[in-house]
Amino acid sequence: MATSQRSKKKGSDAQDPNLRTRSATSVTGRPDDHISAGEPTAINQPSLSLIGWARWIWRQLTSMRTALLLLLFLAAAAIPGSLYPQRTADPNGVTTFFQSNPTLAPVLDKFQLFDVYSSAWFSAIYILLFTSLIGCVLPRVAVHYKALMSPPAATPSNLARMPAFQTAKAGAKKRARALDAAFAQLKSQGYRVVRTEDSVAAERGYWRETGNLLFHISLVGVLISVGFGGAYSYSGQRVLVEGDTFVNNLAGYDSFSPGIAFSQNQLTAFSATLNRFDVTYDLKNKTNLGTPLDFAAHVSLRERGASKAKDTVIRVNEPAEIPGAKVYLTGNGYAPVITIHDGKGKIAFSGPVEFLPQDANMTSLGVIKVPDAKPQQFGILSFFYPTAAQLKSKAYTSVYPAPASPLITMNVYEGNLGLDSGIPSNAFSLAVHGLKQLTGGKTNVESIKLRLGESANLPNGLGTVSFDSLRRYAALDVDYNPGQGWVLFFALLSLAGLIMSLVIPRRRVWVKVDQGGIQVAALARGDDPLLERVVTELVTKLNQKPEKTEDEN
Amino acid sequence: MKTAVNLNEALSQWSVLGIYASMLFYAAAFVVLSMDLARAASEKSKIRATAGKLERAGILLMIVAVAFHGIGVLGRGIAAQRVPWANMYEFTITGTLVVTVIFIFAQAFRKDIRYIATFMTAFVTLALGIATSVFYVQVKTLMPALQSYWLLIHVTVAILATAFFNIAAALSITYLFKTAKWVQEPSKKYAKQTWFVALKRVLKLFPEPARLEQTSYRFNIIGFILWSFTLIAGAIWAERAWHRYWGWDTKEVWTFIIWTIYAGYLHANATRGWHGKRSAWLVVIGFGAIMFNFTIVNLYFKGLHVYSGL
Repeated sequence: MATSQRSKKKGSDAQDPNLRTRSATSVTGRPDDHISAGEPTAINQPSLSLIGWARWIWRQLTSMRTALLLLLFLAAAAIPGSLYPQRTADPNGVTTFFQSNPTLAPVLDKFQLFDVYSSAWFSAIYILLFTSLIGCVLPRVAVHYKALMSPPAATPSNLARMPAFQTAKAGAKKRARALDAAFAQLKSQGYRVVRTEDSVAAERGYWRETGNLLFHISLVGVLISVGFGGAYSYSGQRVLVEGDTFVNNLAGYDSFSPGIAFSQNQLTAFSATLNRFDVTYDLKNKTNLGTPLDFAAHVSLRERGASKAKDTVIRVNEPAEIPGAKVYLTGNGYAPVITIHDGKGKIAFSGPVEFLPQDANMTSLGVIKVPDAKPQQFGILSFFYPTAAQLKSKAYTSVYPAPASPLITMNVYEGNLGLDSGIPSNAFSLAVHGLKQLTGGKTNVESIKLRLGESANLPNGLGTVSFDSLRRYAALDVDYNPGQGWVLFFALLSLAGLIMSLVIPRRRVWVKVDQGGIQVAALARGDDPLLERVVTELVTKLNQKPEKTEDEN
Repeated sequence: MKTAVNLNEALSQWSVLGIYASMLFYAAAFVVLSMDLARAASEKSKIRATAGKLERAGILLMIVAVAFHGIGVLGRGIAAQRVPWANMYEFTITGTLVVTVIFIFAQAFRKDIRYIATFMTAFVTLALGIATSVFYVQVKTLMPALQSYWLLIHVTVAILATAFFNIAAALSITYLFKTAKWVQEPSKKYAKQTWFVALKRVLKLFPEPARLEQTSYRFNIIGFILWSFTLIAGAIWAERAWHRYWGWDTKEVWTFIIWTIYAGYLHANATRGWHGKRSAWLVVIGFGAIMFNFTIVNLYFKGLHVYSGL
């Protein structure tokens, strides 16, 4: 079997003589600098009229090169958001950054480097990118629709110029049969086939372009859903101590971030009571001792109108679903119950204090502010050790996260706490500047130490403090985003489109008969690993003895 | 209430022995395959003729290495009673195993990618060396945030995507060497020097640039599809575990950056004047970003994906 084949390694439209002779855009709907457009024939000089300029700018914007550059810009523009803390993802990180870099931070903030993904410059890039995308895709939809409606491209006169080409000598009888056979064969393989007097023209893989368009259009869908979902979404955080109840209204949250179109009526009426918070630790494996295996918030949920509360367990990967909201477990910690009597013997503070965990063994930091104490207001900076152990340096540390031997140490600060000034202050930090430290540190007075159930005198006759009991708290997050289902829908649609556009080969096949015999040629649009094989198989099918012809290059 | 599984640190130690053994064989394969390249590039036809045997020996060593590697990964999984990719050590040993398995299978379809076997063995040996010396942690149970079937889906697909990108990057680097100006048009200073003549002969063994570019493209499109899926699966999981599907966590940012770079690469392949060297550079940059994401971002950037265990 002697065959000749001349195949380009990469089957692309650049080699398509049909396309080169015509205006590329009109054929494919693709930008001028798409690889299918062939070499530019003239310098694109804009005419000086306004419309000429507008057209030129539009063509630049919707060109492949612009899309490519915008993609790379977008990638580069996303980097600073991973280098600097972002207000949305890590608000505390931003605060800390401002504290440790007081001169640099405001400058960075001017360039929106703490809000990269909502910044003017990041938005500008993706808006341009999507404009470019829409401008590029819409004309292609029209062209593709037309292509779907019309028969395959007519057989070119010179098949030998195609990237895959083979010929076979054939007698009159075989020639007569060849076209019918080719027609039937290609049809059965799912090609769209047109038969003329001396040739068969076939095309397949329309789904490739359909997929490509679907991919791009779905990305627009993703963007719109993200925007719409974000506008109507809300996210509220609430720390709930065991035994406490939370009611879903704005006053019930510790912090709340609504979307721009959020309205209060969106908050579904429900309440949640944290009955118990369980942590399961690994007690079996030596190397893994004390590693938490499970966090379980046992919660009673009561929806408005419901006669009975529903008991449920919220875990890290298992949020509770309420119509119109989901309740997530995002954190937990200890809340020792503290009672403080002031110097006059009156209760100045009483209740659980939420301590923030500082390490894996739950050494936790807590702040108590006692503005109503008489004769003098004071604040307490306090550490909690669930399983306390003393280091050589006499400092305490926690050696195990469960409360096997709980201990609280307290440093007392006397002075004006500044709570009456009206400026909101962080409940989890004490601004010690301007206050007088009375215990711990350099005061030469030992920190107050309290075991569970113990009480102690405060220095300077400030009163007494007691550690009454220990509870846990759960940090809950109530979230609602009406767009996220649509985001997922469009994301999956775009994935389907992407797969179609990358793996389905778009291919044209032509079979022609003349006095010399049978000619078979194929042309791929985009990458096509099977191009040569298709031609070889078809030639074999049409003629058991395909013969060598001259390469007409 | 969830109860503790029995972790088996002793078995984990044995599984590290499997990894060490595989490193030994990968290193041996690297040496043999390098000798093979040297011989195949020789001026003397007698020496060239001996190259084929060495190549078979090298691939055979690689297969033995994969067997030990597989035992190591499996042992770790059994020791931990779960999927062996929950921290950087486990991700590295499983990821490199997948790379080599895909590479060996791909040779059935594309014989000429066997030439990059030399680089693959070097890369895998190095990666395993870092994994066992820097990343190793004792077997631990999964923290509650990781207790989800999405760990299986999201991370498996990420590993696969990385493997395909890895092979594609090796092909594109070879492409860049072959088409580099200093190779194609050497200056008189070194054109006649032994090292350059030898390098040219070695490069000649590799497939034609067009072939390299095309093969790299095919690995990359599979990688890109898998990476897109990784991103979507990650978002679904994030919605369950972190109460939002996307929050620009540092790891999410880099996943997005990588996706965008490879999307740029696909466009480059369809843009006049951008396929060839420029798109090959994008592959190198893209894979560089993946390595950066896995090492620097994991270890030094603050974020929610803090699973290195270090």
